[in-house]
Amino acid sequence: MNAVTSSGATDPVPAPGLESRPASPVPTPRQLARTRRRAALARFWREYRKDRRGMFGLVVLAVMIAVALAAPVLASSRGLNPIYATATPNAGPSLAYPLGTDADGRSVLTLLIWGSRNSLLVGLTATLISILIGALVGVVAGHFGSIRARAGRLTDNVLMRGTDWFLVVPFLPLAMVLARTLGPSLGVIILVIGLTSWAGTARIVRAQALAVETRPYLERAKALGAGHWHQMYRHVLPNVMPLLLANTILTVAGTILAETTLSFLGLGDPIRPTWGQMLGSAYEYGVGTGNLLWLLAPGIAVILVVLAFTLVGHALEAVLDPKLRER
Amino acid sequence: MSVILDGARSSGLARTLAVKVVSAVVTLFFVLVCNFFLFRVLPADPAKNLTHNSALTASQLAAINRTFGLGLPLPRQFWNYLVQTFHGNLGRSFVNQLPVAQLIGQALWPTILLVGSATVLSTVIGIWIGIRGGWNRGGRFDKTSTAFVNVLYAMPDFWLGMVLLIAFAGSALRLFPDGGMHNFTGGSTGLAGVADVLWHLALPGLVLTLVYLAEYSLVMRSSLIDELKADYLLTARAKGLRDDLVRRRHAVPNALLPSVTLIMLNLGFVISGAITTETVFSWPGLGRLSYVALNAPDYPTLEGCFLLFSAAVILANLIGDLLLTVFDPRVRQA
Repeated sequence: MNAVTSSGATDPVPAPGLESRPASPVPTPRQLARTRRRAALARFWREYRKDRRGMFGLVVLAVMIAVALAAPVLASSRGLNPIYATATPNAGPSLAYPLGTDADGRSVLTLLIWGSRNSLLVGLTATLISILIGALVGVVAGHFGSIRARAGRLTDNVLMRGTDWFLVVPFLPLAMVLARTLGPSLGVIILVIGLTSWAGTARIVRAQALAVETRPYLERAKALGAGHWHQMYRHVLPNVMPLLLANTILTVAGTILAETTLSFLGLGDPIRPTWGQMLGSAYEYGVGTGNLLWLLAPGIAVILVVLAFTLVGHALEAVLDPKLRER
Repeated sequence: MSVILDGARSSGLARTLAVKVVSAVVTLFFVLVCNFFLFRVLPADPAKNLTHNSALTASQLAAINRTFGLGLPLPRQFWNYLVQTFHGNLGRSFVNQLPVAQLIGQALWPTILLVGSATVLSTVIGIWIGIRGGWNRGGRFDKTSTAFVNVLYAMPDFWLGMVLLIAFAGSALRLFPDGGMHNFTGGSTGLAGVADVLWHLALPGLVLTLVYLAEYSLVMRSSLIDELKADYLLTARAKGLRDDLVRRRHAVPNALLPSVTLIMLNLGFVISGAITTETVFSWPGLGRLSYVALNAPDYPTLEGCFLLFSAAVILANLIGDLLLTVFDPRVRQA
């Protein structure tokens, strides 16, 4: 069993020439793997850097994440509480309030900064849930689907029927119904988006897993007595990982938009502001006159962050799949 | 998908089609199950849920439980629910006591008008952009249109709606009405009435067209690029056909089929655009109906809208899938 566990697809075979040179210390497999990985990463980065749109996305994301992390330093969280808001409601930009104020007299800039925190948090956590379910279903369905046994086919069929169901049922009405019956909170929003958005990932991962299953190293692992779990975890999963990474980034773009829509429809947590919620309250207040930045700023922030995730995702896809590079 | 395609290989087209129809019916059945559980089983106390959580005496609660059959065993309740739904009885709205089926019937045509016109426009424009960009990919038109489309794709549709609403219907310009489907006077009929509706349709129609267009042009572009390296294009060029003819007669027809089907398969996305856009423009359609029901909260109406949306998407998927299987031999053999 030990032989199998230490020889995953990425693990190196010690080069034959190395044993005959006692002068230099023989690199351990671990060291070899590390240098190889570092080289692969450097190659990847060189390839990625060529994509100008991808780099633009990366820079925007870095700024957004920095703002989200530094929110408590940039703006006091007291500014979120309407009780402490003393400014004129719905007033245009001034020196003290660079982006003006909302209907409660809170600074739009403060809301925007703290909103980036919650919007990114919801986007990333919902994506995590979605990707975990999608990868699990995809790998298990792909692995068992490639087995000739009846039980394997059955597992694949059942999982894929479930996936098809989530793929077909319209996302927004389902999410609205779920969020309404479960009650409004940030956690529910995360859960609802995660639970309704994994089907596409499962499809893609399954297709890739089916392709991986035909490779000789899986046959070798099976011959050495590897169990289902070992095959899936050590061989199939690492090989669908690159694809999964690109898909994850693209999923974040979708989940942030979904959060914006659900919060706009009034399903968010009123105490924790997100960009979607700012837009929702601007709509409910009827922001036709007064501070237009209250409407424009969060909208532009959403566009920028979604665009950045999309561009980074497409750039990653192009680096990982040379066939797409010409696009 | 593999099951369906395996089936096609073994016993032909008829069997494939049958499998697809059956699987659509099964999907619809699970929507009903989901609806039943979400609204009747998941809430701790459906009777309280049904009555807006108002304070009720124990005997009143018992009476409600009796009326709605909530004391019956679950399978029995489910059966009753199925029978009622198939008779078109979707319950009554909490807000105005009207039958939900009637509310949905009134809201159906405005939505079909709005979504239908936006879909037609965006399909035509999106496919045109996709063809032009994809054929000369990397060119100036392609670069500009891709950037434009990517921004549109990242834009929340309701935000675009609000910005356009303030810009063109706000106090500054007043070029378009700020919502609804008719004038408040309402009396205009005939040609004037049609013009009135079109005038109200312009802004929400524009928003939905732009939002849908982003998706469709991307699909068409990548579908055309997939065809660019095909051998038959080389043959067509070798025959001496003009570039224009190679594109029109050979590449586009092959790229068009997957795109049009994808558009059909994408009705779920169309519906979510309709919900937010109708909300922003107070368009009296199904989207606005479900938004109002969501915030009332008016559970029977919300449930009815969800059922209808799901059924529409499942049906559109089935039709798209069937069309593709019948018309595209590549799909059958894949």
